[in-house]
Amino acid sequence: MLELTNIVKKYFIGEPNELTVLKGLNIKIAEGEFVAIVGQSGSGKSTLMNIMGALDRPTEGDYTLAGVEVAKMKDGQLSEIRNQKIGFVFQTFNLIPRTTALSNVALPLFYMGVSKRKRYKKAKELLKLVEMDDRMDHMPNELSGGQKQRVAIARSLINDPAIILADEPTGALDSKTGDLVMDIFTKINRQQKKTVIIITHNPELAQQTDRIITLSDGQIISDTPSPGGQSRENAGEASMHASRPDTAAEVCV
Amino acid sequence: MILENIGLALQSLVANKMRALLTMLGIIIGIMSIIAIMIIGDALSATVSDELAMLGADNIMVGITERDPDNDEQDEFALMGSWSITGRRPTPEDLISDQMIEDMRHYFGEDILGIALSRTLANSVQVRDLELYANVHAIGANPDYFASGGGMMGMGNMILTDGRLIDNEDLAQNAMVAVVSDSLVARMFPDYVDPIGQQVRLFLHNSIEIYTIIGVYTIAQQSGFVQVGPPGHDNAPTNLYIPLTTASHGILHRDRWQSITIVAAPHRNVHDLTDEIQAFFDILYENNEFWRASSMNMASLLDTIAVMMSSISLAIAFIAGISLLVGGIGVMNIMLVSVTERTREIGTRKALGAKNYHIRFQFVIESLIVALCGGIIGMILGVVIGGLAANLFGVPLVISPGVIVGSMLFSMAIGVFFGIYPANRAAKLDPIEALRYE
Repeated sequence: MLELTNIVKKYFIGEPNELTVLKGLNIKIAEGEFVAIVGQSGSGKSTLMNIMGALDRPTEGDYTLAGVEVAKMKDGQLSEIRNQKIGFVFQTFNLIPRTTALSNVALPLFYMGVSKRKRYKKAKELLKLVEMDDRMDHMPNELSGGQKQRVAIARSLINDPAIILADEPTGALDSKTGDLVMDIFTKINRQQKKTVIIITHNPELAQQTDRIITLSDGQIISDTPSPGGQSRENAGEASMHASRPDTAAEVCV
Repeated sequence: MILENIGLALQSLVANKMRALLTMLGIIIGIMSIIAIMIIGDALSATVSDELAMLGADNIMVGITERDPDNDEQDEFALMGSWSITGRRPTPEDLISDQMIEDMRHYFGEDILGIALSRTLANSVQVRDLELYANVHAIGANPDYFASGGGMMGMGNMILTDGRLIDNEDLAQNAMVAVVSDSLVARMFPDYVDPIGQQVRLFLHNSIEIYTIIGVYTIAQQSGFVQVGPPGHDNAPTNLYIPLTTASHGILHRDRWQSITIVAAPHRNVHDLTDEIQAFFDILYENNEFWRASSMNMASLLDTIAVMMSSISLAIAFIAGISLLVGGIGVMNIMLVSVTERTREIGTRKALGAKNYHIRFQFVIESLIVALCGGIIGMILGVVIGGLAANLFGVPLVISPGVIVGSMLFSMAIGVFFGIYPANRAAKLDPIEALRYE
């Protein structure tokens, strides 16, 4: 599904203050995994997320997403990858202001060139999935943080993406609402079989996923199945169990 | 996609009404001025042309003007007002003589239909009969004067309603007959008697003359802008016409004329004939140090007025153009602010898969809508102002669709032109930077 090979990212190349943020990462994530990438500020996790999200290109290395080599694509092609293969969820929700929840959810399909009727039909289904269908005509400023994030999650799903990338999705929410949002991610992962990658500095949040990749100073220092995730799985969602051990084994540091 | 972008642009306009209005102000003022000027200009030139043409497009006026030693090209407007800049007055020898007129008639023959001559006997005098009175200008005229429509600065469209005009026999006999206006008849004969054959007493400064009315005329209704006929109020002086010879009686230089009006024959081109008459008089006045005879026709006066109007229009259009330029820069400015304000939105859109052209298109459309709204408001105001002005001048309101469509296209073009730079800036934003923007 997703494979990063020897990813290096440098800034200020050739200048005295040249900075190597990612120092040769290798990550392989299979379809349907629920992964947390954790690390302190400056560990390079944001840069990694940008590369995974096709917002940025690595300086060196290969990145294959859903069978497509992304690392050397031009801007326009990267836009298409983001549009078709990736669903973003941001810490600050990033809903388009003065635009209804429904239109916000439908927006990626607009850039894909899907007809209005189809866009809105699918957007309504997804708003129902995140239990926001009763507020689909509300503007973002009429929604609470948790509601906004649910709309954002619905939006991230509308293009039927290969991966959902969530950058500190609970960072701007209180713990209770944060739990609710995490429950939605879990539900999406379990029921929709979506690959969900959560980038966070919060170890507790990471516990709720199935696999934790820890980043420090641009390198992976650990990649382990999450104990919390296992327990959650044991609690009744055994369907994903099979794929878990081999993926962990494939990760090189 | 276009429709949805328009919808989005309108939404953001409505969300920031005050700012949008201020942004549009320059364009509103610019378009308003252009539309108003065009409407007023069109209405005025149409009316002025109509009315001046009515005064006699075939008339050629020849008048004595002072020679300008510095300038060989004579100002045609000198004919219309002051005769001398230096205060010098022409001596009788400088004026156009009967002999010259006879020679001219002989020389041009069939090309000249008639030569209108008139002499003012007295301005603003009264016709009285006991307590009844009417103010008049007593003017001597020859029959050609009526044929020319009263000369160039005469009565405009005078219509004989009763009786007859002055003929050559009246002139030969120095007859004491008069053609009077219908308003004089109304004042002097309130009992509706037949005015033809009635006598009126003309009170001059030191004598009273008695004339027999032979004809009554009326002035066809005109719009208010070019007031060639007598003003409409009740007791304004009207012209009382008497035979030219009667008016000239007792005058020393009765064969001398400051100006004459020549009616060109229909088969002649008025411009050519004007030039030929000018050449004819140039020879006659060759040796006159201070004076010359200038000829002009209504058509050339119209041309002069058209040139004057178009230069005024050009000046105002220039100012309006500057206003539009400022307006355009205002639009660009606000679009740049909008791009900065919405950096995060742009980042989000890019993250969701918007390509550069999507973003560029969105902002160009928004800028176009702002400018077009300004253009529409400006157009409405311009039409209102043009309508008010037309009403004030008493001319019909003419709105040409070309002006409306053209100004709308122009304001849209301004929107696109000044929107491209901000839109490009938005399109080129790095999505990572844009998403991180606070």
